[in-house]
Amino acid sequence: MDNIAGTKSSLTWAVHISVALLVLLWVFPTVGLLVSSFRTADQISSSGWWKSMFPAEQTLQLRTAGTDEAVQADGVWVIEGNLYDVEGIDPLPISTWGVSSRDVAAFVPGDEAAPGDGETMVVQENGDYVYTSAEEPSGRGQRVFVTASVPPEFTLDNYEQVLFSGNTTDSMAKAFFNTLTVTIPATIIPILVAAFAAYALAWMDFPGRALLIAAIVALLVVPLQLALIPLLKLHTDIGIGKGYVGVWLAHTGFGMPLAIYLLRNYMVGLPRDIIENAKVDGATDFQIFTKIILPLSFPALASFAIFQFLWTWNDLLVAIVFLIDATGDTTVMTRQIVELLGTRGGNWEILATAAFVSIAVPLVVFFAMQRYLVRGLLAGSVK
Amino acid sequence: MNPALQGLLTIVFGVGGCVAYFYFSNIFLDKVLFPARGENAGRNINRANMVRPWLFLFPALFVLGLYLAYPVVETMRLSLTERVPGGSVWVGLDNYTQMASEPKFWEAMSNNLLWLVVVPAASTAFGLLVAQLTDRIGWGAFAKSLIFMPMAISFVGAAVIFKLVYDTRPAGAEQIGILNAVWLTFDGGVWSVIVLKIVPALLILAFGAAVAYLGYIAVRPMWQSRPGPRMGAAAMILRVILAIVALWLVWTSVSGLISLLSATPPYGVPQTWLTIPFYNNFFLMIVLVWIQTGFAMVILSAALRGIPEETVEAAIVDGANPFQIFFQIKVPQIMSTIVVVWTTITIVVLKVFDIVFAMTNGQWETQVLANYMYDKLFRANDWGVGSAAAMVIMLMVTPILVWNVYNARKEMR
Repeated sequence: MDNIAGTKSSLTWAVHISVALLVLLWVFPTVGLLVSSFRTADQISSSGWWKSMFPAEQTLQLRTAGTDEAVQADGVWVIEGNLYDVEGIDPLPISTWGVSSRDVAAFVPGDEAAPGDGETMVVQENGDYVYTSAEEPSGRGQRVFVTASVPPEFTLDNYEQVLFSGNTTDSMAKAFFNTLTVTIPATIIPILVAAFAAYALAWMDFPGRALLIAAIVALLVVPLQLALIPLLKLHTDIGIGKGYVGVWLAHTGFGMPLAIYLLRNYMVGLPRDIIENAKVDGATDFQIFTKIILPLSFPALASFAIFQFLWTWNDLLVAIVFLIDATGDTTVMTRQIVELLGTRGGNWEILATAAFVSIAVPLVVFFAMQRYLVRGLLAGSVK
Repeated sequence: MNPALQGLLTIVFGVGGCVAYFYFSNIFLDKVLFPARGENAGRNINRANMVRPWLFLFPALFVLGLYLAYPVVETMRLSLTERVPGGSVWVGLDNYTQMASEPKFWEAMSNNLLWLVVVPAASTAFGLLVAQLTDRIGWGAFAKSLIFMPMAISFVGAAVIFKLVYDTRPAGAEQIGILNAVWLTFDGGVWSVIVLKIVPALLILAFGAAVAYLGYIAVRPMWQSRPGPRMGAAAMILRVILAIVALWLVWTSVSGLISLLSATPPYGVPQTWLTIPFYNNFFLMIVLVWIQTGFAMVILSAALRGIPEETVEAAIVDGANPFQIFFQIKVPQIMSTIVVVWTTITIVVLKVFDIVFAMTNGQWETQVLANYMYDKLFRANDWGVGSAAAMVIMLMVTPILVWNVYNARKEMR
């Protein structure tokens, strides 16, 4: 397409713009959660996260110093000072101000206002004010409404709360380690078991091989929903009950068809010469497997490892059926987040942070090993 | 014992055990059972080589059988029995009739059908669009990687992300969900009519027309007497089913179109998106489309790269415009890949559980089969009906299963 003169420029621009729009659309929700996890509860509920990048206009109600500080000069009573000093807050540049709650943005800094009969008021941008009154002022200081722009502000407190506070309802620390405990064995063991089976299916001749491969392709799509009750019953009967052993076994079983399928497809493509030469030189099948096939299959092993890792890390159903018992000691992060959605549905600072803690590890793995993931997807599907 | 330590031990024992099993069983086979020496050396070597594949396969086959094959049979048995204290009794099809009498089941079925149509179609279409658009631009790889990213995010994480998108604050307060913030900018003017009425109406019309055409193609051969092999009964039934599904979808689109055009949207009022019946299904589907588009894109992008350059060049020489090249040269050549992507996403949709569980838990008419099944199994504690629901999911997967096996066998020959 690119080689036709005249059609290129307009269409290319349209392509660039539509890709940019699509990417923005796809990234926008995730960025929203990430940004929200760095904001305080007040900030989240007072403005949309997309506004947090920019300085926000905020209206504060301040007061001048008390009337006992008024001094008489040139026939009027004067109170001078800085509005921010009175309240003891950090100064923000004032854009507009007012003395009545009905019109909080009546004046710009430097203007003179008349809050009452015989009274004048001037406020500068940095909060310095001069208040004068013809009569001796009494009561509290004059109310002043100032509108200031607040710079974007982010905090790590939410992560502190979710990870280190030890608060039992919010804490993700335990769930994080539980998820890790589920994930690592459930990733490593299926690879090992599947690799041997895949080798047998790829390079050994025996009756029924084609049938077995067909059976594995069939099992690839069997919904794991079917396995819940029969296996929970089985686990209870043989004494495993609900616990890590059960969930490791379950993940091993559910990941097995894809593992064998991926690894076999890869191993079949390895050069026949190498394997036959090794056989002629007297290598046993076990040696061929460990010394030649395994090292050569590293890309396929890595592909499946990533799949299985993402799947076990992100899993909810298998964990709530086979792992989490009534005590909840073995809760995993996905379960914890669902609980938080129920108990803290409105507390976005906790929810967003907890969700991001659970998303962070898969995202790192994803971006670090994307190449293998893509390769695995292609090997697993385009066949 | 500390679970982390237990995990570590399991890795060591599990991995060590597996390696030891494979290593020692091979040694046992070669040295003890059929030693390759003495008068029977040759025969023994052959025998050992006959047994060895099964040694390699045994652990995998054992796990597969126990965790995938056995449950299919056992679930079928459970769906025909009722649990009573101390055992179970045979009740025939009672569980299925009970399930069929529950409105919640039919709600789950019709929602699932809607998911089955919309999610694979939308994901594949978006995936194809992105794959084609990013094919020739410099930062295509970067763009693809960002659109692919949701694949790494759990369904639960995605549910939280989209709950924030759909969040609702009372009228007058600042909206913190982007959807409501955008919604409140519509005020019933020309712009609102274009975006909220005309564009969706056109989309629904296009969808209905496409489905009607597909249904027509499906039934056309039944009254056209064409020379050639007669159609088998199975093919006939399949075509009729396809036509019925198409009719139902056309009906849904027409009624959707009418309600869309006749309704006056509540402009200026913040909406609780997940509680609006029927439409909330689509807000849940968006989550899955968001996740699955990356998958479709990766695979279709590879397929597009695999198209022979000559075909495209020939089309350019013949004066085809970019749209003709895409729809008439490229898409037909990657049709088989599109079908694979479509079926893969279909399977994901049939099993979709986490999104509904975390976002609405089937309330407000968003029930789907997998969540219905979970409800029955673990909340109502009714194993019979729960197993029956699982069998329905299995039944819906079966055509894809058969098709996959058929293709795999064809390819191996």
